[in-house]
Amino acid sequence: MRNAEKYTHVSYLEHEGKYKGIWSWLLSTDHKKIGLLYLYSIAFFFVVAAILGLLLRLELIAPGPTIMDAQMYNGVFTLHGIIMVFIVVIPGLGAVFGNFFLPIMIGAKDVAFPRLNLLSWYIFIIGALLGVASQFAGDGPPDTGWTFYVPYSAESATNVIFALTAAFVLGFSSILTGINFIVTIHRMRAPGMGWFKMPLFPWSLYATAWIQVLATPIVGITLLMVIAERTLNIGFFDPALGGDPLLFQHLFWIYSHPAVYIMILPAMGVVTEIFPTFSQKPVFGYGAIVISSLAIAFVGYFVWGHHMFTTGISYWSRWFFSFLTFIVAIPSAIKVFNWISTMYGGSIDLKPPLLYAISFIFLFMIGGFTGLTLGALATNVHLHDTSFVVAHFHYIIFGGMGFAFFAGIHYWYPKMYGRMYNIKLANIAWGVLFTGFNLLYFPLFIIGLQGMPRRYFDYLPQFHAGHFISTIGAIILVIGIFMMMYNLIYYRHRGPVAPSNPWKGVTLEWQIESPPTHENFDVIPEIKNPPYLFKKEPQT
Amino acid sequence: MVYIVIRFRRSKNKEAMQFSGSNKLEIIWTVIPFILVLLMFYYGWVGFAPMRQVPDDAMRIKTIGRMWEWEFDYGNGKLAKELVIPVDQPIRLDLESEDVNHSLFIPAFRVKEDVVPGYDNWLWFTPIYTGEYEIMCTEYCGLLHYDMVTKVRVVEREVFDDWLENLEATGLIPDPPGLAVMKQNGCMACHSLDGTELVGPSFKGLYNTEKVVLIGNQEETVVADEDYIQRAIYQPNEEIVKGYARGLMNSYEDLISQEEITSIVEYLKTLNEE
Ligand code: HEC
Ligand code: HEM
Ligand SMILES: [Cu+2]
Repeated sequence: MRNAEKYTHVSYLEHEGKYKGIWSWLLSTDHKKIGLLYLYSIAFFFVVAAILGLLLRLELIAPGPTIMDAQMYNGVFTLHGIIMVFIVVIPGLGAVFGNFFLPIMIGAKDVAFPRLNLLSWYIFIIGALLGVASQFAGDGPPDTGWTFYVPYSAESATNVIFALTAAFVLGFSSILTGINFIVTIHRMRAPGMGWFKMPLFPWSLYATAWIQVLATPIVGITLLMVIAERTLNIGFFDPALGGDPLLFQHLFWIYSHPAVYIMILPAMGVVTEIFPTFSQKPVFGYGAIVISSLAIAFVGYFVWGHHMFTTGISYWSRWFFSFLTFIVAIPSAIKVFNWISTMYGGSIDLKPPLLYAISFIFLFMIGGFTGLTLGALATNVHLHDTSFVVAHFHYIIFGGMGFAFFAGIHYWYPKMYGRMYNIKLANIAWGVLFTGFNLLYFPLFIIGLQGMPRRYFDYLPQFHAGHFISTIGAIILVIGIFMMMYNLIYYRHRGPVAPSNPWKGVTLEWQIESPPTHENFDVIPEIKNPPYLFKKEPQT
Repeated sequence: MVYIVIRFRRSKNKEAMQFSGSNKLEIIWTVIPFILVLLMFYYGWVGFAPMRQVPDDAMRIKTIGRMWEWEFDYGNGKLAKELVIPVDQPIRLDLESEDVNHSLFIPAFRVKEDVVPGYDNWLWFTPIYTGEYEIMCTEYCGLLHYDMVTKVRVVEREVFDDWLENLEATGLIPDPPGLAVMKQNGCMACHSLDGTELVGPSFKGLYNTEKVVLIGNQEETVVADEDYIQRAIYQPNEEIVKGYARGLMNSYEDLISQEEITSIVEYLKTLNEE
């Protein structure tokens, strides 16, 4: 063990508060410890859901039943979707890196409401446990898909109410975190840090937080309405009771489309930190990136109808939603151009965080282009609800948000733990992950084009080749995930001690010790310059 | 991107250039994508618009989606499980759902529209080649969603006329009341009348036979009399027929009355006679 060399200061990890042992974690109001609590719980659920995804893929390796029956398949994809969406990616980056680094990056000692922050984590855990309980209590695991479409979700005999409640509770946690971040950013920036001297990751969290606060209540009330419909027979959505099934889809997507931006905006924020550091160059187009984040958050509210092009909404609604969908693509394109220009002319150091960040752009662009194909009315009609869509959203949320998360963890790991993982192993794990990912999802585009519907337990023989390759990809991908995690966990205590600024970053988190002390800063810094200045002297 | 990473890698480019933005470039790469997406939007729309303009001479066929089958109603009680249509004839399908959401998808014709209960959705197309193509359901609708698949057969006009001529008008013979109740409540999705196993046991020869059921975890043998059938419909999860999973069948306590149960039992009795 290399434990002999050790940092000399007392870090937040060893800080002795009021409580000892495990309670110093479970009752901690330190934003860094709460960030880690989220990290561990989310990582746990991610692994569970990834294994569920692998089971689904194994089932689809050949036509006909292979390892499970249809009811179980439906339950598994529902659980996989619920965990991945509501427990992993919606809180994801914001709750982990937002909690840990937002206060540090704006020069604060903690978030505005530390206790509320801890409460949010507990609410999150309660929601997650309810989701787990839905599998065991009552009459069988829910089988509605994570979208809970009525009338099926009002009629299914399975334990849908638990799953709905779980999503509802998780929503609360999300709202509280959003409020906390908004107030923190408004009130707690270090002296001298004007809005436009704030780094871009906090900016992206700011845009995200507003979506969390404004959109989540809508889905909350919608889920409650489904519960009321099931228990009290009130006819909101079920036509058998006089309700309107499309109303549910509208309300659901008014939240769930912006939710995609809750996932992706912080992801964009993370890679925006990584490109300048590894190019040793100021971010290109700071203002444009800020504005495009806000534009995405705003326009993102008005495109929900593109999930409903084939539901029979009116001709002009289809026209309108398609148009706005294309508009919302522009800010994302702007960001991509700015990231690439940030690298242009830089002194590029291709370390694991940058590898992941570049794969993020690559996968996100594939996801984005196929998104445009889905946004065009004529092609949407053919592709909607096929495996083309499954591939598209995995490219966006897993290729985008997932890879950004991996980029972030490899970037900030030395800061969070004061130690460094094995860089070579990290590169190999990246290679396996990236190969597996494309093998897994790319074939789904092709069979989707040929007409393979989604949420199918079984399929016609002409789709076999695509499904087969895809399953092989899933196995490789899961191996990659385990390699990456092994690397991060093994070197947590055994890695070489990391200097406080291993990547030569210039944002505030790199100016303090690794791991940070309990209060982050001995003296709150005074901010004079805009962020991302890599030369000592300001430019003329 | 790959080019930039290689061209400016650290070993070659020790010192980074320091510049931080350009309004001219920002404007260029806002405007060009803007024009591109407008073009894509426009072509998407132009391609889509005809899908919503049905020719006047389209043949209309009522299409019913129910868990988990399609049914095509050619009028005058002529019902079919496969869609048979004449070539070169515009077809308009009027989509109706009897239970939950479905979606009718014919990949070969690039058409799809959801089948939503309470909504009068429709789609149209003109088949130009004869042949057989798949029809699939693409809106998740429960257990056998993946099996809600049938065929469309495009045939010459004369073949079609012949076929329609000979199609039995099964829709005109009224069902016995018990069967009608069960059809209305969607029981036939899970229970067959001819001995095939679907999701649940077949009704063939059910009445008055001995059944092994699980009450809690206890195995017991009961006789399928009127009382048992009522319990099976009102509290389906109390006694589970051996070999089947709990939680698949809903209670119909609020949906089916005592009298209707009696009519169902009467009908089940007739299944024993044949
Ligand atoms: C979603 C599928 C499904 C639907 C719809 C459904 N059932 Fe069932 N049914 C089952 C299953 C599975 C079983 C066997 C397990 C059990 O006993 O609950 C069953 C069992 C039964 C039994 C006992 C059969 C035996 O062999 O002992 C009866 C009677 C019955 N159902 C009647 C009905 C009636 C009447 C309806 C419509 C009002 C209906 N079911 C609708 C799935 C279904
Ligand atoms: C280990 C890697 C993964 C594998 C093998 C995998 C596989 C699958 C499969 C096979 C389906 C079912 C598609 C269908 O039924 O047609 C699915 C659905 C889904 N996946 Fe994944 N997935 C993985 C990772 C992820 C990640 C990281 C996310 C989110 C960040 C995610 C989100 C979803 C969602 C939302 C659905 C839809 C569920 C539904 O239809 O209700 N998946 N996945
Ligand atoms: Cu269906």
